Amino acid sequence: MHTQEVGKPMDIFIATLPQQIINGLTLGAVYALIALGYSMVYGVLQLLNFAHGDVYMVGAFIGYGVMMAFIPESGPLFAPVIIIILMLLVAMLGCGVLGIVIEQFAYRPLRNSPRIAPLISALGVSFFIQNAIQLTLTAQFRNYETEKLIAPAAGIDLGFARLSATRALVIVTAIVLMIVLQYLIKRTRLGKAMRAVAIDREAAAMMGVNVDRVIIFTFFIGSALAGAAGVLTGIVFTRVWHFMGFAAGLKGFTAAVLGGIGNIPGAMLGGFILGLAETFAVGFISATYKDVVAFVVLIIVLLLRPRGLLGARIPQKV
Amino acid sequence: MSNNGTKTTLLRLEDINTYYGPIHILQGVSLEVFAGELVCLLGGNASGKSTTLKTILGIVKPASGRVVFNGEAIQNQPTGYRVERGMAVVPENRRIFGSMSVLENLEMGAFLRHDRDGIKADFERILGLFPRLKERLHQLGGTLSGGEQQMLAMGRALMSRPKLLLMDEPSMGLAPKLVEQNFELIQQVNQQGTTVFMVEQNANMALSIAHRGYVVQTGRIVLADEAKNLLDNEQLRKAYLGR
Ligand SMILES: Nc1ncnc2c1ncn2[C@@H]1O[C@H](COP(=O)(O)OP(=O)(O)OP(=O)(O)O)[C@@H](O)[C@H]1O
Ligand SMILES: [Mg+2]
Repeated sequence: MHTQEVGKPMDIFIATLPQQIINGLTLGAVYALIALGYSMVYGVLQLLNFAHGDVYMVGAFIGYGVMMAFIPESGPLFAPVIIIILMLLVAMLGCGVLGIVIEQFAYRPLRNSPRIAPLISALGVSFFIQNAIQLTLTAQFRNYETEKLIAPAAGIDLGFARLSATRALVIVTAIVLMIVLQYLIKRTRLGKAMRAVAIDREAAAMMGVNVDRVIIFTFFIGSALAGAAGVLTGIVFTRVWHFMGFAAGLKGFTAAVLGGIGNIPGAMLGGFILGLAETFAVGFISATYKDVVAFVVLIIVLLLRPRGLLGARIPQKV
Repeated sequence: MSNNGTKTTLLRLEDINTYYGPIHILQGVSLEVFAGELVCLLGGNASGKSTTLKTILGIVKPASGRVVFNGEAIQNQPTGYRVERGMAVVPENRRIFGSMSVLENLEMGAFLRHDRDGIKADFERILGLFPRLKERLHQLGGTLSGGEQQMLAMGRALMSRPKLLLMDEPSMGLAPKLVEQNFELIQQVNQQGTTVFMVEQNANMALSIAHRGYVVQTGRIVLADEAKNLLDNEQLRKAYLGR
């Protein structure tokens, strides 16, 4: 074997691997949160909500607005942790409500139409939101002033890699949200109703479940998670703009399909795998591949295992 | 609540017309079920039996006519309202929630109840009725055998402690021995005070436990009588009883 020739890149690979994993997990946390909303909505409605990426974008802007409101020139008005929590909460609430509005106006009237109709409606909503943001906020990039809340140097040196405070915040927040979601779905009455509707809408109605209300809650929760993902993206990557939802939506969708669309743990797993794959491609091959990875993963999954990693053979949904 | 002699009407359909799109399915269906009765609705494939049950439950809404339950016109109320007031269904093909456990399926039956103690008591009673389910509480509903799924569908419906139990072809897909057990159980549930309205194609079996029966043909009620008279009815015998 030509050990000497491969020796050097191999050393670099091993030396940078831990850091790449941390970066990949950060990105993956964001993708996972977006994928959850895709998968939940697909689970209850068999609908691909292509406006989901734009809800995420709106969340990033809401977080930006809250941040700016609480950090005047004179410096932050409250403790950073309070401002971050406010950013997350307001964005989640705002996006949750936006999700409900989208469902009411764009999807509910088409509930019994051929499946292509809500798909077209979804694209329409996506364009509408993008253009509405561009018109009101212009097409400029905005930058989160994360450094005013979290010192760039803050973090933990793990020896083999550095875990910055911002990345730790993103990963921990995403995991906490996922645990809360998992509890909600597995243990609460609403969660049980959501699963029942996903499995068999009519049978759930026969048990007295108010299906419309369950669908509204599903959109609220899925969209709120996208809003949180938007804020976390802003905090860690800082740059936000009106078109950021397009690529993110595509990746959330890919992650959802990779995990098995409609499957909640699958969406989480798919998000992290995609985040890692994309980070490795950029870190070890070339940054030009950043957005190609998702397409390649999507095509491979659709060819080899269309039901995804954790998807049931017969789509079992949530 | 209307009285007919000593009997109390629990459910009454008055001149029901139900459509799927432009197709007129139920064409002026009227029928009545008294409290405590076991009534069956017989009819061939696509005659409108399931549609009748779905109209009673509010899964489909009639274009005209009234559904009166316990003295109240409910044809415009959502399904949840009707379930809260005492309807429960064992649907056609059972419709078990396949990726939920047996326990969760039973809990879904009590979805609209909030009386914890009452739910607990009914849960124990139902497990007593179906010991097979008790052994399998944490198994996924979809992995149960057909017979076990029938028990689960029945248990799930009883978890709401219904006044009126609606059943859509409980004998479907079961071996003859299981059908017999199942009908004995339905009769037992009825004798303990639950009114039962049952859709069946297996007319012999259904009439052997029912008090009265209706026969539906392409969306119209063509016969209504005491079960024992229907068993002897020449017309019905030729059409459904195969004797
Ligand atoms: N959702 C629906 N949309 C359109 N047509 C329907 C729908 N459900 C039922 N039908 C039609 O209505 C008619 C009556 O159906 P229904 O299910 O009530 O029959 P059934 O008597 O229960 O038959 P089976 O014994 O086969 O279950 C059938 O012709 C059926 O094709
Ligand atoms: Mg039927």
